[in-house]
Amino acid sequence: MSDGIAAVSKFLTWSVVDGPGNRFVLFLQGCNYRCVTCHNPHTIGVCSDCGACVAVCPSGALTKTGRKVVHDPGPCIACDSCLAACPTRANPMVRRMTVADVLALLRRNAPFLNGLTVSGGEATLHLDFLIDLFTAVRAAPELAHLTLFIDSNGHLPAEGWQRILALTDGVMLDVKAFEPERHRRLTGVGNDLSLASAKLLAEAGKLYELRFLLIPGETDRPEEIAALADLAHELGPETRLRLNAFQHHGVRGPAAGWPAMPRDGVEAAAAVLRAAGVADVAVPSVWLP
Amino acid sequence: MTETLSQLRRIATNPTLSFKQKEHALAVAAENMLPYVLLDAETRAALDARIICDMYEGNAPYKPRYVLPDYGMVLKNGSAHLELPKPATLDEAINTLQIAYHHVPSVTGMPVFIGHLDALLLPFCDGVSDDELYRKIKLFWRYIDRVLPDAFLHADIGPTDNRVARAILRVDAELQQVAPNLTFLYDPEVSGEAMLRLCTDNIIACSKPHIANHPIHREVFDEPGYAIVSCYNALPLRGGAASLSRINLKKVAEASAGEADFLDVQLPRYVDLNARLMRARIDYLFRQSGFFDGNFLVEEGWIDKDRFTAMFGIFAMAEAVDHLQDLAGRTGRYGHDATANALGHRISARLAELVDREPMEHVWRGGAMLHAQAGLSSDAGTTPGVRIPYGSEPDPVSHVQALLPHHRHYLSGVSEILTLDETVRANPEAVFQLAKGALQLGFREFTANVAGNDLVRVTGFMIRLSDIKLYNAAKGSRVNTTALGAEAADTVHILERKPRVVGLELMAGSGV
Ligand code: SF4
Ligand code: SF4
Repeated sequence: MSDGIAAVSKFLTWSVVDGPGNRFVLFLQGCNYRCVTCHNPHTIGVCSDCGACVAVCPSGALTKTGRKVVHDPGPCIACDSCLAACPTRANPMVRRMTVADVLALLRRNAPFLNGLTVSGGEATLHLDFLIDLFTAVRAAPELAHLTLFIDSNGHLPAEGWQRILALTDGVMLDVKAFEPERHRRLTGVGNDLSLASAKLLAEAGKLYELRFLLIPGETDRPEEIAALADLAHELGPETRLRLNAFQHHGVRGPAAGWPAMPRDGVEAAAAVLRAAGVADVAVPSVWLP
Repeated sequence: MTETLSQLRRIATNPTLSFKQKEHALAVAAENMLPYVLLDAETRAALDARIICDMYEGNAPYKPRYVLPDYGMVLKNGSAHLELPKPATLDEAINTLQIAYHHVPSVTGMPVFIGHLDALLLPFCDGVSDDELYRKIKLFWRYIDRVLPDAFLHADIGPTDNRVARAILRVDAELQQVAPNLTFLYDPEVSGEAMLRLCTDNIIACSKPHIANHPIHREVFDEPGYAIVSCYNALPLRGGAASLSRINLKKVAEASAGEADFLDVQLPRYVDLNARLMRARIDYLFRQSGFFDGNFLVEEGWIDKDRFTAMFGIFAMAEAVDHLQDLAGRTGRYGHDATANALGHRISARLAELVDREPMEHVWRGGAMLHAQAGLSSDAGTTPGVRIPYGSEPDPVSHVQALLPHHRHYLSGVSEILTLDETVRANPEAVFQLAKGALQLGFREFTANVAGNDLVRVTGFMIRLSDIKLYNAAKGSRVNTTALGAEAADTVHILERKPRVVGLELMAGSGV
């Protein structure tokens, strides 16, 4: 979609984990993966206005108005009952924002910001909106200091990247798994596009960071770590690699019963990668007890 | 009388107070056996109801609350009274300052201001290597923390980027001491962004320094300028503050029928009563206590009797606004809701206007200066100054945006403590940008704590979390303010401040 409007599930004026410095982060609704380990499953689906969430809302914040389900932030108590009730992993609290709406927020917070990061869901599903938004930011003198980043799973063909890359300073790319069948099992989709994107972005000098989620018994296996090291080598010595650890927070479905990734397992994977010659390996800076 | 005696006995036999701390507490108790300065009945009633509050400064004010000596005088001239020659070397200058500190009175019994240290020491640094300078500052810092262990004790540096300021920042991050507290006076035209970045990197290391918006403060004060002391009070240099009394806005709101009654009737009434309280106390200090008569600090030009202001404090803005919101049937809370925040901003503007209309004899420029007071450890159910309640603060950018419009009104100081979670350690650029943005938009002071630091801010002074644990285990602490921190942690839940702590000023009857 576009015409300068996107479904926004959330935005932040302070984020220190979505690229360099403090970033305004825009989370767009909808994803082309179906990750069983997703920490924000309610960002995956697109609302069909079925109305199932209206009945469970304890505060009257949700109403069915004509065909549309409408959310009123005033009475909403942020209990998230509606998220749990939604059969399509959508979110009735999503708001539709125009490029001008986002620009107004950026202007208001510009002195505090180093940049804008568009995340998801999957940001590149909204390619036209991204192009319109980034073009508008580039044209605004008071936003000239902002760097523009995309957080993506890489499920976008080269033709798509060519349309946005000139406007983009950096991409944070998630590779979910290397073994194709594992990737399909974990995400519902193959990984050829994602791996091709990693190479394309690195060649263009736009790969800010490669991210990899460690899941016990799945992506922490030696063959996965070895493939990750190979990819990092292929992408070049300046590749920044960030290891994340699977946790249960927000996860729904069978993966909620999987073991969480322990700290020593992450440290061990990082040590293997460093020994294999990957210089820049980051691990989570904070561990929940 | 028996009650008084048993109070004295409790102090004398308290196992967690040091000899020095007991001496100070006993002196406070003795002062309070004197009758209170003369008040009219209406003011007395408001004080007894603690709608207005004298900070438990004592019944007979015999010293100004905060003294900000111009230490340049003793470094330039030596001191006849102290039989000190004019210093010629860096060692002599530091030694002279160390001696001077012991002659500065204050409400805590320890100086709240130890000088614009870089400006004072730079003239003595020619021919001193960077390494020597670093080692001498390190010894000086250790001396301050061990001999004057009070977290209200404050050193200023800046606005220039210079060797002494850099050495101090390096030592401060390395030693992680409670004392001295530290403020960098930041001026984007003079300091440079590299210096600001050094300051924000230090904040990540040890939650210090505090960064003051120098251009904004400078235009408030005449020569010889100002200093930031104690809990981020901006006061005239070579003077200070004669006294601080404050209004509990929560109680004023509770006495009001609604917003109009609050702004047009109750607030003017309590501003008037608080001003009367201040006048009575200041009059005693200037006309009866004899503090300024024959005082060598005055005679040698360290202080000037005409440069003491009166600090007009307020606190519990958050509770006042929320109460008025309730009365109006609105659910939006202070710090989070635009309507509630705007009401807070109107209250600050009204306060500034009302305080401006209260003449004060004896004090600098004949009027009091509005101050967002950072609290006492005994305050329960109230939030310091205009801050957002502990534990409910929004993200740091929204936090700054919500409070920004207050700042222009609080000429003698306002401070928020922003709590940053530990992930910023991996992204120091973000802290720099946050500080830069806040200062650029007109925040008077930028103060932040990073979760995971042992050294954290309680309302305004620094404490070590490890000291609080020890104190609570009844082992006592070397540092004066730990008792306040522990009391504040128990009474006002400051450790709930999101990741960690911030905020208070002091224990009833001592200082700050
Ligand atoms: S979070 Fe959802 S269910 Fe809960 S009050 Fe808000 S709209 Fe209603
Ligand atoms: S959010 Fe989900 S449950 Fe609610 S109307 Fe949309 S699709 Fe239906």
